[in-house]
Amino acid sequence: MCTMIAEKIKIEGSGKGTNGWFALDQADVSYDHPFNAPYQYALNIDFVNESLGPSARVAVELSDSAARELVRTILSALEQAEAGGHLPKK
Amino acid sequence: MYTTEMHEGVHAETITMTGANGDSINAYLARPLGEGRFPAVVLAHHMPGWDAWYREVTFKFALHGYVTISPNLFFRAGHGTPEDVAAKVRADGGMPDDQVVGDLAGALNYVRALSYVNGKVGIFGTCSGGRHAYLAACRAPGFDALVDCWGGNVVMRPDQLSPKTPVAPIDYTKDLPCPILGLFGNDDTTPSPEQVNLHEAELKKYGKNYEFHRYDGAGHGFFYYHRPMYRQAQAVDGWEKVFAFLEKYLI
Repeated sequence: MCTMIAEKIKIEGSGKGTNGWFALDQADVSYDHPFNAPYQYALNIDFVNESLGPSARVAVELSDSAARELVRTILSALEQAEAGGHLPKK
Repeated sequence: MYTTEMHEGVHAETITMTGANGDSINAYLARPLGEGRFPAVVLAHHMPGWDAWYREVTFKFALHGYVTISPNLFFRAGHGTPEDVAAKVRADGGMPDDQVVGDLAGALNYVRALSYVNGKVGIFGTCSGGRHAYLAACRAPGFDALVDCWGGNVVMRPDQLSPKTPVAPIDYTKDLPCPILGLFGNDDTTPSPEQVNLHEAELKKYGKNYEFHRYDGAGHGFFYYHRPMYRQAQAVDGWEKVFAFLEKYLI
């Protein structure tokens, strides 16, 4: 809210929060003040299920370099999976 | 000034108050014990939420002799840990300015009605709370002093305006009815020193009673002792300025 940089995307999957696993339906991505990471600003991702209330949240707060490396690594893993024929055919 | 022979006490608890649109929301209220009537302060909490730091600061103001109320501006986002609730609000792009101003005006009305308040009420906020405190002081009649600590987005570009934040707070400056104390870090980016310059120029343009202090070696949130942005010397000096300012205008 200080930077006003916040986006939401719909997702599918599961996340493990303080009360165990729950179905995820949304990822909230922001570049704003983190709660814990030792930076003024961080790339924050909250994996949530809003229908279960604010506590259904799996949070990460990353440095900008860590966030960029994470994106590259996710894409690399998906490319390898695709090359290996492990992704479902569309 | 406190001296060790004094008896002192503070009562602090969660209460329910009426906020924007007549909604009931919760708030943390702390008041000094003892006879007499006291000045009051409304706190506008920051983006990380209605958290432990704000409850501690509510108590701190009471310890300094102020009836202090910190409304839960994120009440409507639901309940959970302050971080979880604040994360939801962050994802939603913050709270609507009109709603926050209504909640802070409700807090003002709540403390004004207390028999042990002397009729003077200030408002204090940090981070987004500094911005909200500025908006409330300009738009909700009745505040007698304003403390804006590194409030970001007081100055906004047209492309930053939204249905929730339709007017840049700086554009309400002509309506500011009370003195303002502003504390800023020169290494901050929200607000940047250039934005603080614009804000100061606007206050000067309208002949407002303002006192701005800008700290070298500090950025955003330099009062937050639990965060790496904490700056001890600047924080100590800043708190002294806050209480000197409130004493000047509320007592």
